[in-house]
Amino acid sequence: MIGSMQRLKTPAELEQLRASIRSRRDPEKSRISLCGGTGCKAYRYEEVAQALKEEIERQGLGDEVELKVTGCHGFCERGPLLVIHPQGVFYQRVAPRDAAEIISETVQRGTLIDRLLYTDPVSGEKARLEGEVPFYRGQQRLVFGNNGLIDPTSIEDYLAIGGYSALSRVLFTMRPEEVIEEVRKAGLRGRGGGGFPTARKWESCRNAPSSDGVRYVICNADEGDPGAYMDRSLLEGNPHSVIEGMVIGAFAIGAHHGYVYVRHEYPLAVANLAIALGHARECGILGDDILGSGFGFDIKISRGGGAFICGESTALMASLEGKIGEPRPKHVHTVVSGLNGKPSNLNNVETWANVPLIIERGADWYSRIGTQESKGTKIFSLVGKIHNTGLVEVPMGITLREIIYDIGGGIPDGKRFKAVQTGGPSGGCLPESLIDLPVDFDRLTEAGSMMGSGGMIVMDEGTCMVDIARYFVKFLTEESCGKCVPCREGLDRMLDILTDITEGEGREGDVELLEELGSGLKEVSLCALGSTAANPVLSTIRYFRDEYDAHIREKRCPAGVCKALITFTIDEEKCNGCMVCARECPEGAISGEKRGLHVIDQQKCVKCGLCRDVCKFDAVIVS
Amino acid sequence: MVELTIDGIKTRVHEGTTVLEAAREMGIVIPTLCYHPALTPYGACRVCVVEVRSGTRSQLEASCTLPVEQGQVILTESERVIRARKLVVELLLASCPNSKTLQDMAANMGINKVRFKIKDRGCILCGLCVRYCKEQMKSGGIGFIGRGTSRTVSTAFELTPEECRNCGGCEWICPVCERACTADNLVDGLCGGCQNLAPVETCPVCTGCSESVGPQGHSVYR
Repeated sequence: MIGSMQRLKTPAELEQLRASIRSRRDPEKSRISLCGGTGCKAYRYEEVAQALKEEIERQGLGDEVELKVTGCHGFCERGPLLVIHPQGVFYQRVAPRDAAEIISETVQRGTLIDRLLYTDPVSGEKARLEGEVPFYRGQQRLVFGNNGLIDPTSIEDYLAIGGYSALSRVLFTMRPEEVIEEVRKAGLRGRGGGGFPTARKWESCRNAPSSDGVRYVICNADEGDPGAYMDRSLLEGNPHSVIEGMVIGAFAIGAHHGYVYVRHEYPLAVANLAIALGHARECGILGDDILGSGFGFDIKISRGGGAFICGESTALMASLEGKIGEPRPKHVHTVVSGLNGKPSNLNNVETWANVPLIIERGADWYSRIGTQESKGTKIFSLVGKIHNTGLVEVPMGITLREIIYDIGGGIPDGKRFKAVQTGGPSGGCLPESLIDLPVDFDRLTEAGSMMGSGGMIVMDEGTCMVDIARYFVKFLTEESCGKCVPCREGLDRMLDILTDITEGEGREGDVELLEELGSGLKEVSLCALGSTAANPVLSTIRYFRDEYDAHIREKRCPAGVCKALITFTIDEEKCNGCMVCARECPEGAISGEKRGLHVIDQQKCVKCGLCRDVCKFDAVIVS
Repeated sequence: MVELTIDGIKTRVHEGTTVLEAAREMGIVIPTLCYHPALTPYGACRVCVVEVRSGTRSQLEASCTLPVEQGQVILTESERVIRARKLVVELLLASCPNSKTLQDMAANMGINKVRFKIKDRGCILCGLCVRYCKEQMKSGGIGFIGRGTSRTVSTAFELTPEECRNCGGCEWICPVCERACTADNLVDGLCGGCQNLAPVETCPVCTGCSESVGPQGHSVYR
């Protein structure tokens, strides 16, 4: 066990340890993998874990059944989730009161509990095993899949699934140049947003002159896009894969110091990473003379204060140095002069986690996944108006339709799909006509959006595209560092114009002014935040110009969202006077007798939409 | 030495020179706000943008932070450059209309309307005072606090800093405080008061001839 674990001094000792861990484990033993990600934590998985633990003991199965709290399984919509191995039975929405039945029925007797099985909303069929759930079936979970198998706080679990064997191979059988060549052949591109070829970055950093030989390897875990959380889940659920990737990268680059820049708002990620770093040090996987190879490397955690801009490379490094997190012009790249003026290689969490996979399975295998220019898989955080909210890992080149309908299960409440916003706040909104677009770095950019770090927000017909553009611009206005004029003032004025339009104050020419501002921002901003900030506005103008026109010319919000442009009335035919809306209205604006027609007082109505939500007869009309 | 072409004229300058410095040495006028020859280039105001051509591609870059490169082709007053600069100055005027420096610049560029809401912040956040205090006075008594539109220049905890020697340099270098526009009636964010007397402030060899320049700038250097 850890604590008594010896520092490993040779690759043979690593393999011996792995063999001894594996020999102590019986693959046929019943194992309950309970998701302990932040999503399931919000669903109080801890209570389920406690109930299962007590039940295992009560039924005297302590030696036969193992309960493992793992990282995020991805299907956050249906949490708390658990999978019973070795069969692979998948249960969702598990409550503490289900514990006794799970242990006695499923684990002991092998009978399934119907109410805990997942029902596909499209076909109505129940899925018994994890692999049968449509959400998982369409995925290719190469990087993210291990999350469900291991306890992130146990290095033994990581070793048992073959962890650190790629590192051992790199340290003892490869030269740094060969590692870079392998990553180049694999075609790995940065997963943080830029999509820059990883091998080229590593090579530039390796070849950049450094007077005292100091180079840095940094992991960007400052994930800040609204609705995106794949990096957090990877760090929480499988921190060793990120550490292994970083050590391999450091060896290729010739760096001995590493940092993980992670936001302070990710407490579980920070905690699990800290535990993993401690274990790796104890085992001799970090520190001096790693596995007896003579190569030394260690990683420190640096917690960010939560500024979105600190995900930008130069701002991140300024923040690491203890300065204000604001970007600088990148005529001299950070691979030449970054942290403390030394060559610094920054990659995103997901990029690092891909590295051991490439070494382990080989560049040829890896490069067969994906498209011509974008290789491998990508984790997306699928959120918004969609049945199956969660994290999905898919091969590059898959179409938006496959992600949204086959994996995501389509749009709930029988509504129509309207748009999908990819790439975080500075991504663009793609309309239904582009739903068969293959998802890779270049296709998304051509369509006026971007891959970004992998946010994917689905919108239905009840979403106002002007309001959405306003929302993202507001986010970016608040998150702009304020250094350069176009980003600080330009975004603020864009927000003014968009707010006016949504409040019915839009004027003819506003759209053209927005376009002019948008292209100006793109051209002259200092960093990528500013130069991509106009994407939500420009893409919604490009694909949903009619909505802007309806707001400006007809003072009408087609989606029924913008409060200043809509009125709520009650349909005489449909209202049966149940009085529910009158009771719920927070302003007391609805009057009417029982079983008589109800009327909304427009003077008092604040357009909160509660009456529409509570009416069972669809009698509330928005116009 | 590095050879580059600015506005069609070939020049040779020392390595490490910025494009702005190289252009000024040739007498080419590029307007600036956050630049000062005695301070580290900052690249915040974006008024000094120039077009960098390479092959069929071109992009806009702030010339004050752009290092010269062998074979670089620079355009300092292409249509694209002028359009971008005007937009930036228009945005600045909307957030700080009472600066004579800005009003002069707007007049020189032929800006005749500010199309954005005027929100007078009284500061353009060019950072000249911050850098002056730190780099020239070796004090560091003032700095930026906040982010985005709530960013301001301030002292630590808004208390009088021990480091401050009351040199007044921050005020002296400020393009807003020192050269406040005294016109009381701004029309569309613009002051028409001294439009035709505005010298091109960035003219490197300007003798203050007060020659009428108008929207096209000094004819001598065109």
